[in-house]
Amino acid sequence: MAHRVVITGMGWITPLGDDIEGVWKRMLAGECGIGKTTIFDAETFPTQFSAEVRNFALDRYLGDKAELHKDASRNSKFALAAAQQAWDQSGLANWTTLDPTMVGIYLGGGEGPVDFFNFVEAAVKGWQSGQTKGINALDGAAWGNVGMNKLNAVCEMEQDPNMAASHLAVHFNAAGPNANTLTACAASTQAIGEASMIIRRGDASVMLSGGTHSMIHPLGVTGFNRLTALSNRNDDFMTASRPFDRTRDGFVLGEGSGMVVLESLEHAQARGATILAEIVGYGSTADAFRVTDIHEEGRGPVAAMTRAMQEAELTPADIDYISAHGTGTSENDKIETLSIKRVFGEHAPSTPISSIKSMMGHLIAAAGVVELITCVLAIRDNMVPPTINLHNSDPNCDLDYVPNNARPATVSTALSNSFGFGGQNDTLVVKAGK
Amino acid sequence: MSETKRVVITGLGVASPIGIGVSDFWDGLTEGRCGISPINAFDTSTLPSGLGGQVPEFRVTNFVPKTYRKSTKLMSRDIELAVVAAHQAATDASLPTRCLIDRGEMEEPAVDPTRFGANIGAGLICPDLNELGAALVTASDDSGSFDLKAWGTEGMSNLTPLWLLKFLPNMLACHVTIVHDAQSASNTITCCEASSHLAIGEAFRSIARGVMDVCICGGAESKINPMAVARFALMDHLAKEASPEEACRPFAGNRSGAVIAEGGGLVILESLEHAKKRGATIYAEVVGFAAAGSTHHWAKPDPEGEGIALAIQKSMKDAGMTPDDIDLIAAFGAGLPEHDAAEQAAWNAVLGDRVGQIPALAIKGAIGNNGAGSGAIDIAAALLAMKHNTVPPSRNTDAPADGNSLRFVQGDPIDAPIGSFVSVAYGLNGVQNAALVMKKYTE
Repeated sequence: MAHRVVITGMGWITPLGDDIEGVWKRMLAGECGIGKTTIFDAETFPTQFSAEVRNFALDRYLGDKAELHKDASRNSKFALAAAQQAWDQSGLANWTTLDPTMVGIYLGGGEGPVDFFNFVEAAVKGWQSGQTKGINALDGAAWGNVGMNKLNAVCEMEQDPNMAASHLAVHFNAAGPNANTLTACAASTQAIGEASMIIRRGDASVMLSGGTHSMIHPLGVTGFNRLTALSNRNDDFMTASRPFDRTRDGFVLGEGSGMVVLESLEHAQARGATILAEIVGYGSTADAFRVTDIHEEGRGPVAAMTRAMQEAELTPADIDYISAHGTGTSENDKIETLSIKRVFGEHAPSTPISSIKSMMGHLIAAAGVVELITCVLAIRDNMVPPTINLHNSDPNCDLDYVPNNARPATVSTALSNSFGFGGQNDTLVVKAGK
Repeated sequence: MSETKRVVITGLGVASPIGIGVSDFWDGLTEGRCGISPINAFDTSTLPSGLGGQVPEFRVTNFVPKTYRKSTKLMSRDIELAVVAAHQAATDASLPTRCLIDRGEMEEPAVDPTRFGANIGAGLICPDLNELGAALVTASDDSGSFDLKAWGTEGMSNLTPLWLLKFLPNMLACHVTIVHDAQSASNTITCCEASSHLAIGEAFRSIARGVMDVCICGGAESKINPMAVARFALMDHLAKEASPEEACRPFAGNRSGAVIAEGGGLVILESLEHAKKRGATIYAEVVGFAAAGSTHHWAKPDPEGEGIALAIQKSMKDAGMTPDDIDLIAAFGAGLPEHDAAEQAAWNAVLGDRVGQIPALAIKGAIGNNGAGSGAIDIAAALLAMKHNTVPPSRNTDAPADGNSLRFVQGDPIDAPIGSFVSVAYGLNGVQNAALVMKKYTE
């Protein structure tokens, strides 16, 4: 028998703040979390702004236990803080009969930031020595002299993408299934989908799931700038994230984490937990098309949405709100719109769609989970958040994106899309509890 | 659980330091070959170890359709290894994928792409230091001092625009799904050495539920770069032995660490129905899977090996098997003092006396640590042992540590009827452990 999967706790650390209610209010007010990049000196970069998490301190969430994780990467610290909020809300801390072997972790965690200046020094000296020696390649010996001297063990280890899930396992004494997926921008949607499958089949009763990422570092921004994926609107960065607007010129890099506590319905009911929502559908597909381009007809996104709804035994008429991937890149928004039209048919124009990336930027691996949490809040309050900065209509993007102002709407079921570089597509369907 | 489909393995693809393809790989194992040698890819003289397990030379263009040759320029070494292993796995399974059809190696009709998925574990891919170094120097002065402002203004434009796409972990699956046209469920597990087991286990569950009929799954990673040597050295994971032949010594009393390596292992998982319908040769049935987290520490092994034991124990329960039903132990055998002790404790805790009664296999003495590819290569070795009813020798296990009762084969392979095995893997960093149980297929 397949178990039903419910959400009993949620938490996040985002560019718009760090508590569920405060961030939700700011989103409904259409506020923006973007600013000049301060994490590193981006003054000469093509993109000089981002959506940073401000004034973060782990001890605010973990108290004395924060000290244990002081060497963790920025990613893992965000994850611990978001997970603690979700855990507290779930009430599991007070559930004395919790079986640790049935509590698992499944994250879409990004790699920790590179130890940039030490890494660069080794690479530069290695290359320069190679030039001197005329080998036209990096001189491993010169690289080693710097690398072994400057790089440090903990910082290197904490870059492994599985480390956030590892810190969480220890902090929450979770001995059940533990995994991390890194399917680019789709990772945390994928993680929640896979975690819900683990509960559905009975391999765990409780899963902490979600994602965490920060790519606001010189190599991260370099990578996205070279791909010309980021907005360059340095002179007007507060309106730079313009999903579905004709003048959109790329996404705005954000950072943060979101976490949910997933639980089998029986387990949640047995302890009288408050059920926030139910995960009813998940679909994962690959475009299998091209390394650099999205399939013109949205083959992968169409299949992911279709599969998620099939699993939920729902039809487009049942979906009240779509949380779009909506990055604000020319291609994504056009093809996502086309894909929604192909799946939703006559229901496409009447289904409200929004991209909260317009307000908090793109949290990459953590994007999917904050969008899923937003769906749960939309269901709870019957309010859909806006897509801000949407003033110029694009003939390729002609659906209802809830432009600029939040709106009351009866929402009992929502669908959340995440699409990653390389043609990875993941969709979740979430429904009001009970 | 009701209505779950039986899942079988019908193909193995290996790109390992002792050979590419199952036949070379199996010959290497049974002959006791050593794939570890001094690294020739770069000068290792100032690094704590110059040893590595390097895959024999290959051209990745020989493993993709002609039309895809240009795209191989976007492949990091990790991606290349996955693409080679994928071609080998599909070939071994006689699975008519787009790649094999376009290469003229099989005929239409192709396997249904909407029922064909990929779940490929990956590591933290190291940027090509040559490519990055050449760009970084353009923003540095002669003394090697780097200027971030100059990098932002001009330096970064010396990097190829698609640079980032070589190093995203999910680009292994991206290339493989394109080349073979696998459009169904796709995932990229990034849990160091536990990645392959988690990927195969997840694919097993997805096929059992009917999400897809076929999945190419496992993992690939290359640690043959200065960064990986430094990282392993700094974390004190590197073997201190000088001789390549004896550097990595799983479960031995004088073991001193791991040897970095590269490798890819991918297997074709299929629903039994699908395999039968196309008349595929079946290696084994996947009957048990479990994953578990260690709660002892996020980066240090638990001396009792509790997480490893929990994964093994749950996988056997999932398979409905007791220790007496297991015929072969496919050990992880990192060769590190504390990790191997934890693993030994786990086998003892779950299998008890059975540990000393059945053969065991640990191959890292021959091939080194292939990161995310390790687990699938271990499983390929165990599946071949089962197929041939032959247990190959496990290099450098001839001087076992006190209390080690694992029965590794020395010298020549032995004949042994193998109807089932259990294989475990765990990350050297992190808390992830996963185990798989497979048995010979019977109606």
